[in-house]
Amino acid sequence: MNRRRSSIIDPLLTVLTWVGTLVMFTPIAWMILTSFKTEEDAVSYPPKLFFSPTLDHYRRIFENDFASFATVSILVTVISTAIVIVLAVPAAFALTVRPVPKWRDVLFFFISTKMMPIAAGIVPIYLVARAFDLLNTSTVLVIVYTSMNLPLAIWMIRSFMVEIPRDVFDAVAVDGAGRIREMVQIIVPLIKPGLASTALLCAIFAWNEFFLAVNLTTTVSTLPVFLQKFLSFGKLYTAQVAAVATLINIPVVIAGWLAQKSLTRGLTFGAVK
Amino acid sequence: MSKPIRRSTFVGARAYSLAFSVSLGLLLAQAVQAEPITLTVALAANPQMETAAKLIDNFYAKYPDIKVKFQTLPENQLRPTVLKDVATKSGQFDVVMIGAYEVPLWAQKGWITNLSKEFVAKDTEWKSDDLLTPIRDLVSYKGDMFATPFYGSSSFMFYRKDLFQKAGLNMPEQPTWDQVADFAAKLDDKSKNISGICLRGIPGWGQSLAPLTTVINTFGGRWFDEKWEPQLSSPKSKEAINFYVKLLKEHGQQDAAKDGWQECLQLFTQGKTAMWYDDTVFAGPVIDQANAEVKNNVGFALAPIKEKPGSGWLWAWGLSIPTTSKHQDAAWKLVAWLTSQEYIKLAGEKAGWGTVPPGSRQSTYKLSAYEAATKDYADLTLKSINAANPLKPTVDPVPYTGVQYVTIPEFEQIGDFTSQQLAGAISGQMSADDAIKASETKIKEIMEDAGYIK
Repeated sequence: MNRRRSSIIDPLLTVLTWVGTLVMFTPIAWMILTSFKTEEDAVSYPPKLFFSPTLDHYRRIFENDFASFATVSILVTVISTAIVIVLAVPAAFALTVRPVPKWRDVLFFFISTKMMPIAAGIVPIYLVARAFDLLNTSTVLVIVYTSMNLPLAIWMIRSFMVEIPRDVFDAVAVDGAGRIREMVQIIVPLIKPGLASTALLCAIFAWNEFFLAVNLTTTVSTLPVFLQKFLSFGKLYTAQVAAVATLINIPVVIAGWLAQKSLTRGLTFGAVK
Repeated sequence: MSKPIRRSTFVGARAYSLAFSVSLGLLLAQAVQAEPITLTVALAANPQMETAAKLIDNFYAKYPDIKVKFQTLPENQLRPTVLKDVATKSGQFDVVMIGAYEVPLWAQKGWITNLSKEFVAKDTEWKSDDLLTPIRDLVSYKGDMFATPFYGSSSFMFYRKDLFQKAGLNMPEQPTWDQVADFAAKLDDKSKNISGICLRGIPGWGQSLAPLTTVINTFGGRWFDEKWEPQLSSPKSKEAINFYVKLLKEHGQQDAAKDGWQECLQLFTQGKTAMWYDDTVFAGPVIDQANAEVKNNVGFALAPIKEKPGSGWLWAWGLSIPTTSKHQDAAWKLVAWLTSQEYIKLAGEKAGWGTVPPGSRQSTYKLSAYEAATKDYADLTLKSINAANPLKPTVDPVPYTGVQYVTIPEFEQIGDFTSQQLAGAISGQMSADDAIKASETKIKEIMEDAGYIK
């Protein structure tokens, strides 16, 4: 009985999944397609599916100092994500496994820093950065991205730690392992998939971040700021911007693909005990 | 014996140390000389500036000790970025590109260097007499230039000659708005998806309010009376706003409330609209980017009028030096080079005459190569610029300057709010009269808060 019902539902679900995937993917496919069109083809109506492709837009990207912006983006993303993970693991540990007094308040305090829209805080951030002579440096971006992602990472990692069965900790206690050993050798390996998905998420946020970058940096900046160079007054730029956006997306897609295995595991962590 | 030796050693040591310090000094001097000054320049993204960035090697050839870093931003991002920098005196930029609206306001605050006083008078090579007078006035404050005009522009009408001919219509060099409305009604072809006219509808004081304000001006309306009382609901301003909204709703492009110059440029170059009223600087790009059908059929006419002649707007992008820049002299060298006759010639020869910064210098319009390349629109551009009068933009007297904007700091807020109401009227969410009423209430509030009226 059960088998037959699932045999009807399964293909249906498959079809639905594919439809959903296609709907999600169409704009991205369109962006990639547009990036190979001439500007005139890109805005032609009705939209053209067949056209003679051009690599001009990609060529122009590399003529425009792409490398230095990409370097800053990679540096800032990697360093800020690494710092976030290194700080978030002990913080989550102190809030879950061996809770500090008033850990609920602490947890709330962390997330409360995300409640104010970033636009409301930009002026003080700007002035502080100016006072420390950090404007237009990658250091300032590493600092703000770390603080931007840290609360989220702590909450995510905490939720993974909560899922670890109590017995594990009891066993650790019996063995007499210290706090640091407990954290590094027992807990971290257990939540590795969770750490991977947290890191990926933080990296994506840092990679795509625009508002702080455009406000705090000028010539030493990240790729989203590079992209808007092409929003030029007085000419068509749809295809050019599509090309830049495509290029910026590639590392994210690669990172997601590499982390896919642990990502699915991270996202379904604790669903089945 | 030991004494003379010691003495000679001492003398020797002194000679050595002297030689050492001299050579160190020389080395240092050399290092200072070899260390180039790096200028950070904030620019609006536009084809003219892209050309400038490409040609920068020619500047290096002239001034090998200066290096330039460009920060290119779209217009709406450039404003807050530069404002933040100069207002907090962060000094990140040595040269900034600012609009005509900002120049007098920032000059008044002492954020930008008085170029007339510091440089223009001394630099005879940079011919300031050659600048177009209205554009020169536009980047000046109390008679002194605080920016050098990179390009200047006005507004005029783009139209499709072939569609006009087919419909048996004739666009005069100086059309009236009533004629334009009539043309739009006749050329509006829903079956072919061609609108009668394309006008900006997207909110923003620099977006939809620019063309609308020129319509208000020529209809005899104004933003404020001499006592700074808002005048949007005065009969003539009201008539103008209703006219704009009605024209756009009935014969304008679809979903006009979300379209700016970018969408209109697309629609016009793709042959989806018969007329387009916008900036003269788009003339080159329109011809460059138009499809085959449109390319040879682009016509130009002066900004349409009603009561007041010379109704086109006036705009300039200028290059200023923030007072916080530590490299004022080097910055002037760059600013002067970018706005020189020499640069304009270079840009034309190397990058094509269509992308030469227009509307800044009279001599540009006397270059035969430029004349040949822009014969369709150069005359009209020059005529429009010279006809516009930012010092007396309206029929009735006003306490402000500026054609398509009001040169007070509050105008950004006023304009943004009003244009949002206007977008509501264009998309049909409210009537034009309601939009005017809501705007005027808000304007009154802003002006009272700022102390203009009690």
